[in-house]
Amino acid sequence: MKIVVCVKQIPDPATPGSLDSSTNALKRDGKLILDDSDAYGVEMALQLATAAGGGEVSIVSMAPNGEMSGMRTALAMGAARGVLVSDPALAGSDALTTAKVLAAAIKRVGMPDLVVAATESTDGYTGTVPEQIAEVLGLPSVTFAKKVKVDGGSLKIDRQTEAGYDEVECPLPALISVTAGVVEPRYPSFKGIMDAKKKEIVTVTAADLGVSPVGWGGAGQKVSSVSQAEARKAGQVIEDDGEAFNKIVAFLETLKVI
Amino acid sequence: MALNSVWVFAQGNKGTPNSFSVELLTKARSLSENVSAFVAGDGTALAESLGKYGAKKVYSTGDIGSRLVGVTAARAMKALIDAGEKPDLILFPQNYDGRDTIARLSVKLGVTVLTNNVDIAVNGNEVVATTPIFGGNVLFATAFTGAGPHLASFRPKSFAAEECGGAAAQMVAVKVPDAGATGAAKVTAVHVEETSGPKLDEANVVVSGGRGLGESKNYQLVEELAKLLHGAPGASRAIVDAGWVPYSYQVGQTGKVVKPSVYIAAGISGATQHMVGMKGSKNIIAINKDKEAPIFAVADLGIVGDVHKVLPKLIEALKSRG
Repeated sequence: MKIVVCVKQIPDPATPGSLDSSTNALKRDGKLILDDSDAYGVEMALQLATAAGGGEVSIVSMAPNGEMSGMRTALAMGAARGVLVSDPALAGSDALTTAKVLAAAIKRVGMPDLVVAATESTDGYTGTVPEQIAEVLGLPSVTFAKKVKVDGGSLKIDRQTEAGYDEVECPLPALISVTAGVVEPRYPSFKGIMDAKKKEIVTVTAADLGVSPVGWGGAGQKVSSVSQAEARKAGQVIEDDGEAFNKIVAFLETLKVI
Repeated sequence: MALNSVWVFAQGNKGTPNSFSVELLTKARSLSENVSAFVAGDGTALAESLGKYGAKKVYSTGDIGSRLVGVTAARAMKALIDAGEKPDLILFPQNYDGRDTIARLSVKLGVTVLTNNVDIAVNGNEVVATTPIFGGNVLFATAFTGAGPHLASFRPKSFAAEECGGAAAQMVAVKVPDAGATGAAKVTAVHVEETSGPKLDEANVVVSGGRGLGESKNYQLVEELAKLLHGAPGASRAIVDAGWVPYSYQVGQTGKVVKPSVYIAAGISGATQHMVGMKGSKNIIAINKDKEAPIFAVADLGIVGDVHKVLPKLIEALKSRG
């Protein structure tokens, strides 16, 4: 089974985010890492390929710079190769443009049996790109998959819902988005990390893929203002001396909860 | 300037619309005199209740059977627009089917989407949506620049629902064009997970646990405390990812947004991802052993201590009150 996983390289979420003062875009110019959410997608793809009796897992990503370290993590986990759409013109692209670019990158890899993505990225979390890619590629899709099995030429999926979950059957080719926790992502082995350095990442531009307009010009939106939200004030903080639970009881009493 | 026409993607069960639908209809009324609801399914039973919140028309696809909502609803909406309907703006809930539909429709119409919003307004000729970022510390106002219909989705409880006493909405049947290959996925079974007690996003009190609980069996302390306070148990993403509790318990950016009267965070440090989902609570109580934990910056009452000691004592004290 041929699988392509869409991955995003993001600034380390442990460091506070910041905005570019001239464009009000999220700064993504430093070292980028593989989005945690995407580690689940890569792991799911590797497991599904194995369950289907073999195949190839490729990755596609898009970045305004040539950063590849996050993609190398996915290759170290076991993905075979990657396509990076790296183009300064992509800065400021909206979700629809992102989906068009990634769809074109997937076609560049070669149309797979299955496209896998996370439900949303940790830094931008628009949360529409996977389903938009499916529409651009004319594929059926099942989002918020929390359990996925390959059954011949189709997938059996448990899809998260507000009330519980739905069982969904979906023929291949298809796109799925997977929730965090769907599988346990493997840690890259030392051999995996060494091998990843030799694996091929093809770099292309949006123009190479024939997608235009991109970036700020292609976005159907513009930032009109940025303001500080009203900050919530901290209240009383006390060290537990063994009796602090009484403070909670008293507070609940004043709130008339008990 | 008021908009000529605004649609709301509405959902409901039997005759009762979900909270998203009535919140969004209330907002839509403030933007336009001409508000319609769109229901992917048989909306007949909802005509009266959606009318009470200001919907003049309900576009209804009728029963969609085993088809997925997103791809089906997007095609039906596109067909309506192709047939001459001209909504300036369509409001969607930030939930599973709302997200699928807005995404599919954006490609069909070739327009942008603005998601995760908490407000929307018309400023002169511009429609501007507001989105909190960086854990809600910064508000981003973004204007649509292209031609409509503008597509925007909203977080739960962004607007307070208010009835307007409108008459039952007029039903308009909508044909769903064949979705071809894109519609090939079918729902084969529906599972409703039984929960006792109030729903997480509707409860007056929410008690959430995090990694500070140490191990999965200690989550029962959270459940017990929630039960004593007639509240709902919640969780941080860390312990959902670790498999201690189901995803439906998750509070945060990628889980549920809650705004209870009282939120108790036990063993939760307060990652941005979590804070987004609970900062709107009226009162916050936090228990954490690290006094530098970010959760204390938003807590009305913070206890620097061991949850394994504080929670059992608190539970005992509440029990002894009977």
